[in-house]
Amino acid sequence: MNIPSELKYTKDHEWVKIEGDVATVGITDFAQGELGDIVYVEVETLDETLDKDEVFGTVEAVKTVSDLFLPLSGEIIEFNEALEDEPEQVNSDPYGSGWMIRIKISDPSEAEDLLNDAAYKELIGA
Amino acid sequence: MKTTALSQVHEALGAKMVPFAGYLMPVSYEGVNIEHKTVRNAVGVFDVSHMGEFLIEGPKALDLIQMVSSNDASKLTVGKAQYSCLPNETGGIVDDLIIYRVKEDTYLLVVNASNIEKDWDHISRYNEEIGATMRDLSESYSLLAIQGPKAVEAMQSLSSVDLSAIKFYNFVVGDFAGIPHVIISATGYTGSGGFEIYCKNDEVHQVWERVLQAGADYGIKPIGLAARDTLRLEMGYCLYGNDIDDTTSPFEAGLGWITKFSKDFVNSESLAKAKEEGPSNKLIGFEMDERGIPRQGYDIADMEGNRIGRVTSGTMSPSLEKGIGLGYVKTSAADPGNKIYIQIRNKAVQATVVKPPFYK
Repeated sequence: MNIPSELKYTKDHEWVKIEGDVATVGITDFAQGELGDIVYVEVETLDETLDKDEVFGTVEAVKTVSDLFLPLSGEIIEFNEALEDEPEQVNSDPYGSGWMIRIKISDPSEAEDLLNDAAYKELIGA
Repeated sequence: MKTTALSQVHEALGAKMVPFAGYLMPVSYEGVNIEHKTVRNAVGVFDVSHMGEFLIEGPKALDLIQMVSSNDASKLTVGKAQYSCLPNETGGIVDDLIIYRVKEDTYLLVVNASNIEKDWDHISRYNEEIGATMRDLSESYSLLAIQGPKAVEAMQSLSSVDLSAIKFYNFVVGDFAGIPHVIISATGYTGSGGFEIYCKNDEVHQVWERVLQAGADYGIKPIGLAARDTLRLEMGYCLYGNDIDDTTSPFEAGLGWITKFSKDFVNSESLAKAKEEGPSNKLIGFEMDERGIPRQGYDIADMEGNRIGRVTSGTMSPSLEKGIGLGYVKTSAADPGNKIYIQIRNKAVQATVVKPPFYK
């Protein structure tokens, strides 16, 4: 199970990489493994400003559909459009080319609530 | 939670195990898409030992089967199998099943795992007056499905029976993988050909191992329940609990072809009337015209946005690479070519009614 130490995590199995006031968000290696073959990533909230924990999109595997929750309040400033044609990148490279959105963070203090790699590892029992 | 005789083998192969119909079952090994394509293009093996098996024996066996099943089992000769359903007393379906005539007065009924107890109770109730001998073999028998266009060629070295000579929905009791008497049945739930092997639990390890060895040169892989579902859905085969249940009639479900009024059976009088009147809803197949994946429970609407039905099964088709589904709609909207709209989250996404199979 790949859980990079430089990233932050949520209980909803998302990872967050914070660089200044921008956060990049995707789903974890554990999450993609549980979902199985991912066939569709739908994000229709581009340019919207949402609160933490609001649904910003949906990830569909062959067998299941899962909501994606915003880990930090902010504006969705970018969607990884490569996933429209190749959603399987979420399976093959969840922390790299499988990233999903970038957020312009509106409240940096919320980042304190995110999990570090050890806490996330404990959450999933890895 | 029950397990099959092969549960530990699946776990050792790295399968993701999930509870299904009270059994811990492998849902996937490598991934649903690759497993699906393995069956469509080569050969795969499924452990479907959760399925239930009842043996009905004796001079009254056929009487009992004719009473509880909708198809005409008197047409079965020894060595033939038949798809059928168990109608209930209120117009719906207790279960769908396959009936094998094993010997002159011996029939094997293969039922869905989720319905074993319900079916047994239902059939037993009608057997009180008829008096056939019933035995539930579900706990002691295993079932492997070996499916795909290369199944026959890949498995021939395991049997002295000419596998290519077994016609669809026929079976032979013969030797397979070193076990002298197993049922080798040219049936399956994938639409890609192959057969199903019924053997005892203490024989299934040997059969499984030899099947994987014999199939190695043909690219055989173990296949999980997730691909079983996408494969059957591409063929438009009904899944009990999704597409048919205690409330759906055989005529709504397009199962008129296994409902034969050449004999009396449970609720046959009122089903005959229902056939005459025609169903007000019909089970249809549909393909998405736009991007989107239908899922069980989603609403179906017409162009004006009026709700006309619901999705009962849906997936992204690994072969077609688009969303496909089954669902019930008003009969007036059920013609192939008709445009319908699937309510996917906050959007109505256009789809076209098609006559299954989706994959040809």
